[in-house]
Amino acid sequence: MKLTRTKTFKTFAGPAWTNNPINVQMLGICSALAVTIQLNTALVMTLAMTFVITMASLIVSVMRKIIPGNIRIIVELAVIASLVVLTDEFLRAYYYEMSRMLSIFVGLIITNCIILGRTEGFAMSNTPHLAVMDGLGNAAGYGSVLLSVAFIRELFGSGKIFGYDVIPQSFYDAGYENMGIMLLAPAAFIIIGLMAWLQKYLAGVEDEG
Amino acid sequence: MVDLLSLFMNSVFAGNILLAYFLGMCSFVAISKNLNTAIGLGFAVIFVLTVTVPLNWLIFHFLLAPEALAWAGLEDVNLSFLRLVVFICVIAAMVQGIEMLIDRFSASLYAGLGIFLPLIAVNCAILGGSLFMVEREYTFIESVVFGFGAGVGWMLAIVAMAAARIRMRYADLPYGLNGFAITMIVTGLMAMGFMLFTGISL
Repeated sequence: MKLTRTKTFKTFAGPAWTNNPINVQMLGICSALAVTIQLNTALVMTLAMTFVITMASLIVSVMRKIIPGNIRIIVELAVIASLVVLTDEFLRAYYYEMSRMLSIFVGLIITNCIILGRTEGFAMSNTPHLAVMDGLGNAAGYGSVLLSVAFIRELFGSGKIFGYDVIPQSFYDAGYENMGIMLLAPAAFIIIGLMAWLQKYLAGVEDEG
Repeated sequence: MVDLLSLFMNSVFAGNILLAYFLGMCSFVAISKNLNTAIGLGFAVIFVLTVTVPLNWLIFHFLLAPEALAWAGLEDVNLSFLRLVVFICVIAAMVQGIEMLIDRFSASLYAGLGIFLPLIAVNCAILGGSLFMVEREYTFIESVVFGFGAGVGWMLAIVAMAAARIRMRYADLPYGLNGFAITMIVTGLMAMGFMLFTGISL
């Protein structure tokens, strides 16, 4: 059996590409746009999200047989909230500058629909092994969108990548200018719209109307 | 008074919680397909934000903030790391309570608003409002004005979007652009319009 045919791989690749949580399922865009002015913040946000979604999927999946059905949402939220508090405090303690820049958006991972959706829809009914792959796949799908938007905005908005200048000075001398609009909110909406278009076109997702 | 008015105008327009801070996008995309539902959800968001932001202000400043427990003789206690968990619990409890109150006292309001209230508990705009209130160090009165203004701004955006999407249904768009993609692009254009209010000072 080839690697790409295994259930494990499919569980990972589905949300990472064809069923991308942001572009296709339209979940979790709140935080996805606000932190994309720079690649640095987008990367940290992706890591935080990967940690929370993978651990939440794992924990909920391990406990799935002992969680009573009618209070499962509360249990899931409690697990997610504890992980987010952990992440938030960790960033505050070791990367204070970064946590200032991410402002309230680390805390808002709690209300990110992707995580609750995955724990409720997948981890509650699957083995830990698959739940972790599903969590990682969703995090990869989320992160790829976040990083691509951040790449475009930082490159065209301030001529930098990860804070390093990449546009040569000669360009500026020849009259090139950074696009200020890229640093503002509207650009994020438009870029994500165009990317959703591109992805839907390439992945050939069925239209739901 | 002028400060409060300008805070209100700012939270409705230039600092619109949806168009400038991207909060509440999930339900924005899903609900803006229908104008009437958008109006209902908009009112529910205004209501819940106006109640929960000041309530969380009281809880934060009398229980959680550093040295907030001085009145109980516990000067060294700093519970502010608990704020995320406490805020989300307060919001969920408030939403549930408001739903029960409306159900008890006004059947017509419940029919219009009731189904949206559970959705709101997980709307990022509500939690975001409370977290912004802490981060920007508002006073109590300011937090009331900010909560109300943020709600009004959110409603304005979703109602405008729902009205625009009714027209877009008849547009002949290329494959892949329809639905989510064009909604985001139009939202971007709308955000540009709202940003023009940035320069206005009262």
